[in-house]
Amino acid sequence: MSRPDVVVTGLGATTPLGGDVASTWDAMLAGRSGVSALTQEWAEQLPVRIAAQLAVEPSEVLDRVRLRRLDRSEAIALIAAQQAWADAGLAGSDLDGERLAVSVGSGIGGATTLLAQDDILEASGPRRVSPHTIPMLMPNGPAAWVGLELGAKAGVHSVASACATGAEAIALGLDIIRSGRADVVVAGGTEAVIHPLPIAGFSSMRAMSTRNDDPQRASRPWDRGRDGFVLGEGAGIVVLERAEHAAARGARVYARLAGAGITSDAYDIVQPHAEGEGAIRAIAKAIADADIAKRDIVHVNAHATSTPIGDMLEIGGLHKALGDHPVLSATKSMTGHLLGAAGALESIATILAIRDSVVPPTINLDDPEPGLTLDVAAHKARHMEIPAALNNAFGFGGHNVALVFARP
Amino acid sequence: MTRDEITTGLAEILEEVAGVNPDDVAEGKSFTDDLDVDSLSMVEVVVAAEEKFGVKIPDNEVQNLKTVGDAVSYIAAQS
Repeated sequence: MSRPDVVVTGLGATTPLGGDVASTWDAMLAGRSGVSALTQEWAEQLPVRIAAQLAVEPSEVLDRVRLRRLDRSEAIALIAAQQAWADAGLAGSDLDGERLAVSVGSGIGGATTLLAQDDILEASGPRRVSPHTIPMLMPNGPAAWVGLELGAKAGVHSVASACATGAEAIALGLDIIRSGRADVVVAGGTEAVIHPLPIAGFSSMRAMSTRNDDPQRASRPWDRGRDGFVLGEGAGIVVLERAEHAAARGARVYARLAGAGITSDAYDIVQPHAEGEGAIRAIAKAIADADIAKRDIVHVNAHATSTPIGDMLEIGGLHKALGDHPVLSATKSMTGHLLGAAGALESIATILAIRDSVVPPTINLDDPEPGLTLDVAAHKARHMEIPAALNNAFGFGGHNVALVFARP
Repeated sequence: MTRDEITTGLAEILEEVAGVNPDDVAEGKSFTDDLDVDSLSMVEVVVAAEEKFGVKIPDNEVQNLKTVGDAVSYIAAQS
């Protein structure tokens, strides 16, 4: 039996650039930054006082009582999933729940719930701890809420692979449909940990930009002045569908999810492999899985987080795995780093780049590294035909995920 | 505190915790069947009621509080 094609039929997102996919994509193409100063009192003592915060608060979308029992990461996953579901034309449809699965992960999960409830425990005792604490902080919470909302009965899955989570969740969705376990998978990632503890933890690792006086210029992948990533929050969700199933119901198709490659470094818990070996293997596997000629993969939405080491290692890996022809973009220059949602949001950007024949810009690339030997659409979006494109996502723990999307 | 005052106080809690319309809250109404309060929200209602009315409602009593009237009677007897 031949392997079924898998297509993308719906997109949803809430990000630092906009409360939905359309506004986020418009802002990306215009080269806008979603990074701003943290003006909360708790930020005053932190070494990092900038972040890419949501453009639209969940309270503007979901009602107050519903939000009481949702961690912020769950609320935004639900918002993005509702958008993607409606965008796919599936709202109110009679899709069999036993043919619908969910694959939605988070890098860190319900940390802000854990910390807030610990404050209540310390101040007021155990009886005051919310009975919603566990479903709010459990790492499968976002996937479970999405599954509950949409009536998914073919399995609800929650991948956790740090900053590769969103991409790996989409790769799992591809596997689920190929294996015949579902016709439709709602897949993606979510993250909402703009809180002093995660910020302090990342900054103790010296992983974050401290360009506090110039927030919009702090995320600058491949620029010589980069000094770390900028934490972002948001959710990105795609609806993956067996191509024949989509065709039978006359669904609009954005792109084909042609292939995925997943590897692990077995090298270091946080440092990427010194030659990018695991990343190169992931890209090569994704290309082989997609069965697409390298020359047709003309655009890469890179992982490129604006850290001194990782950005240039990826360039070396792309050279080896793909060649010197692709035009790159680092959309984290605008969105910041959404951790577990990054791979999902950047998959959405990759899909829309193919649809609209445009490479989104990389802002703040004022003084490129001498080793940046691949072409980057710096500052401005670039219009070009894109038959196929690659999205990379790498995560602490040595996770490497590459996804290949192609024109339907 | 009169029964009406306790009912009004419970209605405020139910609105805050579970989004129940205060106009729907009356002594004859069942928390689960009529007001759609699920088990986790009921825990929140009990803890909030303890705080508001200065009473103790042990977990083994909660199962006996089927209706708003049951809760009002229990709170009235305690306070």
